[in-house]
Amino acid sequence: MREVAVIGVGVTKVAEHWEKSLRDLFVEASLKAVEDAGISLRDLDAVYVANMSSGYLQGQEHLGSLMSTWLGVPGIAACKVEAACASGGVAFHQGFLAVASGLYDYVLVGGVEKMSDAITPDVLSALIMADDQEYVASTGATFVGLNALVYRAYMEKYGVKQEDIALLAVHDHAYAVNNPYAQFRNEITLEQVLSSPLVADPIHLLESSPTGDGAAAVILAPLEKVKGCNDVVIKVAASRVAVDHLSLNEREDITTMTATVRAAKEAYKMAKIDAKDVDVVEMHDAFTALGIINLEDLGFAEKGKGALMVKEGEIEKGGKTPTNLFGGLKARGHPVGATGLYQIVEIVWQLRGQAGKSQVEGAEIGLAQNIGGVGSTVSVNILRRVR
Amino acid sequence: MGVPSVPRVWRELKYKYRLIGSKCLKCGTVVYPPRMVCPKCGNNHMIEEKLPETGRVLSYTVIRYAPRGFERQVPYVVALIELDNGTKLISQLTDVKPEDVKCGMRVEAVFRKLREQGPSGIIEYGIKFRPLSATA
Repeated sequence: MREVAVIGVGVTKVAEHWEKSLRDLFVEASLKAVEDAGISLRDLDAVYVANMSSGYLQGQEHLGSLMSTWLGVPGIAACKVEAACASGGVAFHQGFLAVASGLYDYVLVGGVEKMSDAITPDVLSALIMADDQEYVASTGATFVGLNALVYRAYMEKYGVKQEDIALLAVHDHAYAVNNPYAQFRNEITLEQVLSSPLVADPIHLLESSPTGDGAAAVILAPLEKVKGCNDVVIKVAASRVAVDHLSLNEREDITTMTATVRAAKEAYKMAKIDAKDVDVVEMHDAFTALGIINLEDLGFAEKGKGALMVKEGEIEKGGKTPTNLFGGLKARGHPVGATGLYQIVEIVWQLRGQAGKSQVEGAEIGLAQNIGGVGSTVSVNILRRVR
Repeated sequence: MGVPSVPRVWRELKYKYRLIGSKCLKCGTVVYPPRMVCPKCGNNHMIEEKLPETGRVLSYTVIRYAPRGFERQVPYVVALIELDNGTKLISQLTDVKPEDVKCGMRVEAVFRKLREQGPSGIIEYGIKFRPLSATA
């Protein structure tokens, strides 16, 4: 396998982009990434498009050909990669494999989702397509509702209070203030979170990631091809994906996401590091309790102690494990198929020293965890600054 | 839900109406919904198994914003249920107020309407669960 570098990144703001289409957003982020990489569009060998719901929300599939056409690069290899909300992280994994294999040199991996085209019941229908349509969606369960089952079970099993778990939403908003690409750049208080309406008990509106539109893209290339330049060089130290039984009823314990545990373990081994070596983290906190569980399953806290990390400041910029310093899914936003790539871009900014007020000084190793379904698919990608 | 479809509903009738899962002939694991390969041991000799109709609530939520087809039912309760043989499934609870639901509550299966496939589509039926005491 060849070593792989991330040589360019680009994002759009996460927002309700009424004036922009699915393809507009994808092209905007892609052009930024290509320019950032200092290559030409015609250098690209392949394009991977991460997206979850274009078939349902836009009536549009075949995104590989569509987006390549709109990028003006016909003739290259291209396809859509779908793994529910983990589409971005899984597409990155595919792009990594493509370059590592030696088959392609310059690969664009871009994620895009456009949710504001649809009304709420249709967005909820699209999201629950991440789970079993025959036997779970037919109960009327929503995706928030499935996470709510996990939330309640977690509080019961570990005796953790909701006010401690909900602090994660406050954290996310505090950091989104400094992120010009975030959907919500306003601070919120714990009282506001806990008094916001219930969406699916016990999950409050302000504990839940919003719906929005956005696109994020990265350019991958063989590490050997970027050795000549003087800029910071970032390589993919590890890229792993793991799946769990699709639905919660198939699992022994719903308070641990075993796909996260497995993908993280394999990624640490591949990167030849331990969890404690990670300098900065972007993890998939689609709901506050899921974020707390992630901190534990990624190996940063013991089971039942994730919320304590948040409370004691360990995930702050100056803490032991700085996490979600661009607002996380709650405040940066969660345009589902693009989220995994927003995380990768944010890690790249950190490792390049381009993170502005959220910069973790001297960050060398960054981890991005992206989840599809209720822990059903998890990608863990680790980036490392090598120069 | 995807596109309205009669065959899709028809081929699942037996499993949804009568609560039939699969039992692994090798390790004895019983799972729902039914399938051809055991998720626990990987063996592919599975037989149909009628599941018990009583169990208990492991976790639950109250759905307040519903997907298409369920908008008129809110608020409603969806629960993770462990049947008396240990098999778990996700189901709606019925005949109970959301505020009266508790973890550990005993429940039993009842036959109910699940959803309509749009204004001109067919009506889907299946199993929901209600508090066991409701029949006492």
